[in-house]
Amino acid sequence: MAMVDEPLYPIAVLIDELKNDDIQLRLNSIRRLSTIARALGEERTRKELIPFLSENSDDDDEVLLAMAEELGVFIPFVGGIEFAHVLLPPLESLCTVEETCVREKAVESLCKIGSQMKENDLVESFVPLVKRLAGGEWFAARVSACGIFHVAYQGCTDVLKTELRATYSQLCKDDMPMVRRAAASNLGKFATTVESTFLIAEIMTMFDDLTKDDQDSVRLLAVEGCAALGKLLEPQDCVARILPVIVNFSQDKSWRVRYMVANQLYELCEAVGPDCTRTDLVPAYVRLLRDNEAEVRIAAAGKVTKFCRLLNPELAIQHILPCVKELSSDSSQHVRSALASVIMGMAPILGKDSTIEHLLPIFLSLLKDEFPDVRLNIISKLDQVNQVIGIDLLSQSLLPAIVELAEDRHWRVRLAIIEYVPLLASQLGIGFFDDKLGALCMQWLQDKVYSIREAAANNLKRLAEEFGPEWAMQHLVPQVLDMVNNPHYLHRMMVLRAISLMAPVMGSEITCSKFLPVVVEASKDRVPNIKFNVAKLLQSLIPIVDQSVVDKTIRQCLVDLSEDPDVDVRYFANQALNSIDGSTAAQS
Amino acid sequence: MNGGDDAATSGPPPSLEWRFSQVFGERTAGEEVQEVDIISAIEFDKSGDHLATGDRGGRVVLFERTDTKDHGGSRKDLEQTDYPVRHPEFRYKTEFQSHEPEFDYLKSLEIEEKINKIRWCQPANGALFLLSTNDKTIKYWKVQEKKIKKISEMNIDPSESSNIPPQLVTNGLPADKGHDYLSKDFSFPPGGIPSLRLPVVVTSQETNLVARCRRVYAHAHDYHINSISNSSDGETFISADDLRVNLWNLEISNQSFNIVDVKPTNMEDLTEVITSAEFHPIHCNMLAYSSSKGSIRLIDMRQSALCDSHTKLFEEPEAPGSRSFFTEIIASISDIKFSKDGRYILSRDYMTLKLWDINMDSGPVASYQVHEHLRPRLCDLYENDSIFDKFECCLSGDGLRVATGSYSNLFRVFGASQGSTEAATLEASKNPMRRQIQTPARPSRSIGSMTRVVRRGSESPGTEANGNAYDFTTKLLHMAWHPTENSIACAAANSLYMYYA
Repeated sequence: MAMVDEPLYPIAVLIDELKNDDIQLRLNSIRRLSTIARALGEERTRKELIPFLSENSDDDDEVLLAMAEELGVFIPFVGGIEFAHVLLPPLESLCTVEETCVREKAVESLCKIGSQMKENDLVESFVPLVKRLAGGEWFAARVSACGIFHVAYQGCTDVLKTELRATYSQLCKDDMPMVRRAAASNLGKFATTVESTFLIAEIMTMFDDLTKDDQDSVRLLAVEGCAALGKLLEPQDCVARILPVIVNFSQDKSWRVRYMVANQLYELCEAVGPDCTRTDLVPAYVRLLRDNEAEVRIAAAGKVTKFCRLLNPELAIQHILPCVKELSSDSSQHVRSALASVIMGMAPILGKDSTIEHLLPIFLSLLKDEFPDVRLNIISKLDQVNQVIGIDLLSQSLLPAIVELAEDRHWRVRLAIIEYVPLLASQLGIGFFDDKLGALCMQWLQDKVYSIREAAANNLKRLAEEFGPEWAMQHLVPQVLDMVNNPHYLHRMMVLRAISLMAPVMGSEITCSKFLPVVVEASKDRVPNIKFNVAKLLQSLIPIVDQSVVDKTIRQCLVDLSEDPDVDVRYFANQALNSIDGSTAAQS
Repeated sequence: MNGGDDAATSGPPPSLEWRFSQVFGERTAGEEVQEVDIISAIEFDKSGDHLATGDRGGRVVLFERTDTKDHGGSRKDLEQTDYPVRHPEFRYKTEFQSHEPEFDYLKSLEIEEKINKIRWCQPANGALFLLSTNDKTIKYWKVQEKKIKKISEMNIDPSESSNIPPQLVTNGLPADKGHDYLSKDFSFPPGGIPSLRLPVVVTSQETNLVARCRRVYAHAHDYHINSISNSSDGETFISADDLRVNLWNLEISNQSFNIVDVKPTNMEDLTEVITSAEFHPIHCNMLAYSSSKGSIRLIDMRQSALCDSHTKLFEEPEAPGSRSFFTEIIASISDIKFSKDGRYILSRDYMTLKLWDINMDSGPVASYQVHEHLRPRLCDLYENDSIFDKFECCLSGDGLRVATGSYSNLFRVFGASQGSTEAATLEASKNPMRRQIQTPARPSRSIGSMTRVVRRGSESPGTEANGNAYDFTTKLLHMAWHPTENSIACAAANSLYMYYA
């Protein structure tokens, strides 16, 4: 057996563990493949390590995935660009495994390597690889092939280019729907590298075939190709070749295809230009907004703002707004919710007067929606409307909506609204906040659900940041400190939590004068849980307050706690004491 | 394909002569059948080169065809001209434990390991893939031949590792001392370190078959899963329980989409449950499901995300005056199968097999009486619960014949082509024709007339004549027809019988 010098021991272990039975160790070794390569040197990496990896492509997926990723950045370790081709065989075999994520990573790495290779290397080794994969016996290889054509094509000779185009067109007609799907989703990428003469003659023919595929799953991927190809074509070709396809797709029998169109339509608008958008795509979009299938309406409603941004306000008001009104009372809550999440963005597009005239009623009705998500979505985007029309017009409806959400029986809804309180506070201003929301913020501190209490404490901190310590001193601190006498220990604990969050914001002076006496008082609580939280809290206060305060008050308090009968209290008190000693030692 | 082409020109194909081919797990006389060994699912793969069975013990057993060699197509054709076509023969390939008994702690329910359905998926890289399900959990399996590899040489002899300083031994934790040493600034000599070497792996010629569970799909069914079926798109499949059908992506195990939900808001209004569901073999957007009321619904997933409204409903109108207590029970469809071209749907209810043309929803194009002779005994069958037995059905690859199981380990094969009078009763034993008494079914009056509807097979051959009462404990529930040849696999308790014609 080989004897290894002790300094080399770790690297020897690392190499051996490429073949360990424990997958975690193998994974670890693969992750450090570059170290192994440097230890072996460039030549042995090429001649031994890479072939070794090629032969071991039957490992677990996690290991293969890691290998595929590492190999993508391996060029420096095999001796630079001129040796890049040695990395192709292991990646080629990874391109044929049945696990999709491994294949995709291998394809990604191949693209990375291929795009750096010299032209003649590309022709000599990369193009044959593409052809082998494209003619592979199993569909997995052919699926992978679709993703690397665009890399191979660029540096090729004309003869090879013709061949590659023909091969791609074969893949578009493959028996396996999986391969056709891969061909459809990569067509746009491939098309960007193809010369414009062949674009119309060949690529568009492939595209037409895919758009007529029997399988919905293929057709819906072809939708994505519309935008990509549209951007490559001359405007008049785009109108002639792509536009009819889009209009057809928007009326496809399959709702999944229409759903894709709804999702992508605004990108397609850019491709066909403003004139065709007005004449052809606006009607198509209106149809989608009124689609029978709720899923399609959800997708369309979610793009309403983006789409309107492409139109002038008159068109938006004339064509889109009536649909938006309908959608705001759609039977599906998800449609309304999708609409609510974007509709506020329409305000800047339409301008002040139109917003007040047309959008405000919709905002108000959505704010009264029975479904909390809808209301939340409106509230979360308040700032966009605020800029256009100011908050006053909304505030009357806003408050009941907020209060209702604040008291919703689902804690997740309550949590969501708490998270928007700082935003609301900044939009509504101090005055409004003081009157209406202050009480709510305190009420949440005593919620039945821990997550809400925690979020409420965090909220106080964010409010203190927003409005400043002075305001917080007046409007938050007294109310919080009052709670320290609450009979419920969990609520008393919340006071400690709020103090620990607010202290850094409030600064040393307030902490010493207001918080510290309360904390010291709490250290005499009868519940051990409170006491050790006091110890933890005191520890966190150490960096905030002056050394003199630490020595005078905090240390004494901790010393008392360190003699507590409860073991946990003693433990945390001692930890805090240690950290005081640690910090003084560091200072001296 | 055996006589399929002739049929078009010269009337119905001749009746088949069924012969015994093979049996796996044959019972010796007096041997008691273990409950766990009872076969509960059978499925041929698309090529017909593999057969899978599942049993109540949660095992899946794979068989492979032995009589086809993988030569190029032309060579095979050549051989066939010299030798008569042999019937398919299978051999045991491998088996694995697909499901184990589980306990659902949230619902305090035991989950049996029994395999309810097996479906083959697209093979890749020489490996076989299949889905198997019990009442709750669907699993995706990969079965692959692996060469046995041994590691013969390493840098460090494992036997010597005891002399090594312990802090250097583990590589499992990324932050340990051994790795600090290997950090980027450690400089290796430019030519590398010659004393280090890669582990040497010796690949032996021996192979073993390894079944690996690739995915376990999340529990998404409140009721028992009765069917799974792959889509022709190669990436999705459905699973159906009593009230819902869910759509899955093969690669995504943690989410599925509900596409059919027949659960009424008030469970007291429940009158009908889903009994079986299958994807159309060609159109990935179409699927059919059958119900306990005897109807089949065809749905088009293009129309809507939630397909609660069907595209087509296939139902046979009830014959007036024939209603009894049992009418609804025996109307319940236990299994449906699409024909290979997707044009027809075969359904099995307790008494009959029905063949439906998906272009004709007014009634079945043909019905075959399977259990008509049991009609007087429905009361007994209800008493001993046999009336709830779920018999499966199958179509031949050429669509010319249909088959289904019965009691006493009998199964029946009917000719499905126009004008055919073929109706055979066979026994799952080494002598399938033992019970057969040649009483050719009376040709239907309506042959050649306007309607193609035929009713045949009502003469129950043999049993009473033999003096043997039907044995309701030995029932042949599961069977499958080879996709390309006239070969049937059927399960009699723990034994798998194969027949050919």
